[in-house]
Amino acid sequence: MSADRGAVQDLLAEYGALIDAAKFDEWLGLFAAECCYQVLPRENYDRGLPVALIFCDSRALLEDRIRALREANKYNIHTDRHIIGLPRILMHAADGPTVEAPFAVYQTDQEGETRLFATGIYRDRLERASGRLTIRDKLILLDTFAIPSLLATPL
Amino acid sequence: MAILTSDIWPTLDYSRVPFRLYHDAEIYAREQERIFRGPVWSYLCLDAEIPNPGDFRATYVGETPIIVNRDETGAVKAFVNRCAHRGARVRRELSGNAKNHICIYHQWCYGLDGRLTAIPFRRGIRGKGGLDASFDMCEHGLRPLQVGNVNGVLFGTIAGDAEPLEDYLGAPIIAELRRLFERPVRVLGYTRQRVRGNWKLYAENTRDNYHASLLHEFLVTFGLDRSTQVGGVRMDARHRHNITWAEAGSDTDEFAHQAYGSAQVRNDYLSLKEPELVRFRPERNDNLGLVVTSVFPSAVFAQISNSLAVREIRPRGIDEFEVFQTMIGYADDPPEMTLHRLHQANLVGPAGLVSMEDGEAIEIVHRTSKPEPERTTIIELGGGGVISDRDYRVTDVPLRGFWSYYAELMGIEPAGAVR
Repeated sequence: MSADRGAVQDLLAEYGALIDAAKFDEWLGLFAAECCYQVLPRENYDRGLPVALIFCDSRALLEDRIRALREANKYNIHTDRHIIGLPRILMHAADGPTVEAPFAVYQTDQEGETRLFATGIYRDRLERASGRLTIRDKLILLDTFAIPSLLATPL
Repeated sequence: MAILTSDIWPTLDYSRVPFRLYHDAEIYAREQERIFRGPVWSYLCLDAEIPNPGDFRATYVGETPIIVNRDETGAVKAFVNRCAHRGARVRRELSGNAKNHICIYHQWCYGLDGRLTAIPFRRGIRGKGGLDASFDMCEHGLRPLQVGNVNGVLFGTIAGDAEPLEDYLGAPIIAELRRLFERPVRVLGYTRQRVRGNWKLYAENTRDNYHASLLHEFLVTFGLDRSTQVGGVRMDARHRHNITWAEAGSDTDEFAHQAYGSAQVRNDYLSLKEPELVRFRPERNDNLGLVVTSVFPSAVFAQISNSLAVREIRPRGIDEFEVFQTMIGYADDPPEMTLHRLHQANLVGPAGLVSMEDGEAIEIVHRTSKPEPERTTIIELGGGGVISDRDYRVTDVPLRGFWSYYAELMGIEPAGAVR
């Protein structure tokens, strides 16, 4: 169990660092072969409404999202900084734990001005395969559901 | 205010708009008074969001907070969400079900018809204190709005002097609302976006056919929507509203390639790993893959492929607005169609693959136009002069329609100006 905790913390630390470094291919590598990634406004979650800001219920959709970000989308020029809090392990299972961690993402523009961009929690179902943890299912419950400007780079 | 006269316009066809109109605080205050609290009809919410007696939603008309609710008789009532006593916001929650609306400050109580029904210690205690016997409770209800309904889409007006809703919207808009809301709808969720720009930049953006496939490169790159398609703009008689429309699959790849290529615009088509994301499934006897309907001043009804939404532009001061978007499907959609709409929700909203750029475009216009308020924008795609419908897409003529009606309401319409 404590081995799990260490591996979970390593995975979350890697997750934030790779986005902040804009290494999106390596970031995609943290997800399982079959995976789901969604950013859900708390306003919808609380009312049982399904619309997400980003809804990728297959690896293909997640890869398309990253491709579009690189090839087509234009957005505010910025860097991200993820501050990810201590994870709680909600459930242990043979094939991997389900964990929850609070996060904050700050954005800094080209002129060095930083603002709090988003806060919320990650709820991750992780999968253990050949000794390694990957993300099977990532639900990002977004407290900051009035999106400042726009949401382009992954949370 | 000296600057806000009909002299503000450099041209009579609204092909030049001074930056001042996006940045002057006095102009903003006058907009709240003459436009949002003036003779316009504003989108309030959907019938489907308040199905039962007592159901309410809190919304805004301009910056004025509004309650919309269904009363005991089933009728929809709307009123300003501000206590007659001290001006506090009465209903603080965004939605719910209630028998009445009670202000927390001194517990003045209002019925679902907005009437003031109870005041604590109205007669004081042991005959001392309280209100004078002459205080007339009937005079101090929540200020009512007139409410209108087109196929379950609820509109309201604060002013007493608005024309009838059907006249205000005009035949093309009514027809489009009847098309989009031909079947009962259900809400799939909400999105919100705070843009650091003036609200009118978004009102213009939704009427601007020219920018779509240039700013939103995803549209062209992934072959979803191109200016080479059969499409155009259609307005009401007063040109204050607009419908931007396009037919799906109405051009060939070869023709688009040629047109974008000779315009030096990138047009190398990429393929998606999940092409269902952009696949249009026709839902009625037309081939319209894109219909964006802008209703003056601040409502947008958008069908983009199979994603359906209502957007409200909510001004938050001169320098910021919120886009509050209600995503809908039809009540009788099979689960598989609902899933398709949830996938296509990826296209729109603050993280939308074909919409996120609007936030950035508006912010860089707002920031950059601020230092020189006397400079102007150019609105001339599709030519200047007369404001009329067009059966092509490289045009921004509906923006001039917006400004024409804006000038009329603001009392700054020049003599001889186009309408």
